[in-house]
This record gives sequence, C-alpha cells and structure tokens, in this order.
Amino acid sequence: MIETLLANVDTLLLLFCAFGALGGAALMLVLRQPMRVAMALITTMVFLGAIYGLLGVHFIAAFQVLIYVGAVMVFMVYVIMLLEVRETAGRRYSGLLIPGAAGFLALLGAIVISVWRPLPSPIGEIGDTSYGIAGFSVAFLGEYWLLFELTSVLLVAAVVAALAVIRVSRGSRHG
Amino acid sequence: MDRTQLLIGVAVALFSLGLVGVVVRRNVLVMLMCMELMLNGVNLSLVTFAQQTATAAGAVLVFLVFVVATAEIAIAIPIVLLLARRKRTLDIDAYVDLKG
Repeated sequence: MIETLLANVDTLLLLFCAFGALGGAALMLVLRQPMRVAMALITTMVFLGAIYGLLGVHFIAAFQVLIYVGAVMVFMVYVIMLLEVRETAGRRYSGLLIPGAAGFLALLGAIVISVWRPLPSPIGEIGDTSYGIAGFSVAFLGEYWLLFELTSVLLVAAVVAALAVIRVSRGSRHG
Repeated sequence: MDRTQLLIGVAVALFSLGLVGVVVRRNVLVMLMCMELMLNGVNLSLVTFAQQTATAAGAVLVFLVFVVATAEIAIAIPIVLLLARRKRTLDIDAYVDLKG
C-alpha cells in the first residue's frame, strides 16, 4: 500500500498542484477585491511553477517564480496599493455574464471531448526532459538567435512606450 | 487519462477561465490579471507539448511569452494609472468614450 503510494507520489503531487492552480483561477472570477484576485493569481502561478518543477523543467519553474511572481505580480500589487482600489458597491460582473458563462461551458465541452480522445503517441516521455538549461541556452542562442535579438527590441520598445505614456500624462497635467 | 491529457486539460481550463474573466469582470486590473492567466495556460500547454516532442523549441517559446507578458504589463500599468487618475474609477464602463 505504502509502496504503491510512494511509487505514485509524483502523480499525486501533480494532481494536487493541478487542482490548486485551477482553484486559484476559479477564485479569480468570484473574488471582488483586486488585491484578493492578485493573491489568487499568485497562488495559481506558484502551483504552475511546482508543476514545471515536477515535470523536470526546473529553469522554467525558476523563470515562472522569478519573472511572473517576483516581477509582474509584485508590480501589480504595488499598483493596487497605490490606487487604493476598493470595490464596495456596484456590480461585479459586466452585462456579458450570460454569454461569457455560455462560452465557458462550450469551451469546457470542447476540453472534455478533445482530452478524452487519444493524443498522438509521444516521442518523449512527460517528466523526462531531454534538455536542461545548457541545451536550452545552446538552442536559444544558436538556432533561435533572431528571436533572442527581437526580444531585446521588444523590451526597448516597451520602455520607450512607458516613458512616452508618462510624458503624455505630465504634458496634460501642465498644459 | 494520462499525464499529457491531464496537463493539456489544465492548460485549456486555465485559458478558458482567463478568457471568461476578461469577458465578464468589469475591473480593469482584474481583466489584466485574467489576461496573465490566459498566458499561463498557454505556457503550460507549450511545456507539455515540448516534452511530448522532446525538443527545446517549446521552452524557447515559453521564454518569449514571459518577455511578451512583461512588456505587456510595463505598457498596460501606466495606461491604467492614467485612466484611473482621469476617471477616478477602474470600472471598464467609465472608459466608453475612449477613441482609437
């Protein structure tokens, strides 16, 4: 009994993390305060990081926690604190609640049908990575070097655009 | 149901929950967070397919999605801050007079 449990501990942990991530995502739809929604999203991201770790892609798990939770969500939490957003009155959902719920049910049906159909036989085994950070880096800087350069262009464009937005706001305040 | 099916199911469920959040919620910040949730679902599917095909291409794409998500937030947050200062609310219905 215990040996069977220990043999399947990876699968059990994967199931636990998957349900944790889905639970956090579902909470995002029902919670009212943006800060609580941010905490639910952080929970989902941490569970996803744990899933990546269980799958053996540790560098993506590290990116997930460092970039998403450590940078993007901390930025978001700061903005929520800066704006002091408190949604106490008013409607929580837009007028598209019923079409949105219908679309979600249709998507859920599509998930159930597509997941239950057998997928093509895998070349690799899930959980056994044939590449680590070294293989990833060689592929990224060798085969996909153009994409690497394009990301730097994208980041520079984002910084310039953020500065332009700030300048517009200062101009409108003075003018 | 094997591991691939489970992970793809979770990925599509995360994406669809994020999409529903973007459609039904009215708070701009919550809508932005739901977009991030959609990107997370895409990332999970990319990692799963990368492992199924035993290539590093999916991992490279995941890294690019991280960069795109960071750039998106870097642009979106100043815009939301400006809108919130001007309109004094984060309700998406207050921004109907925005023009392209």
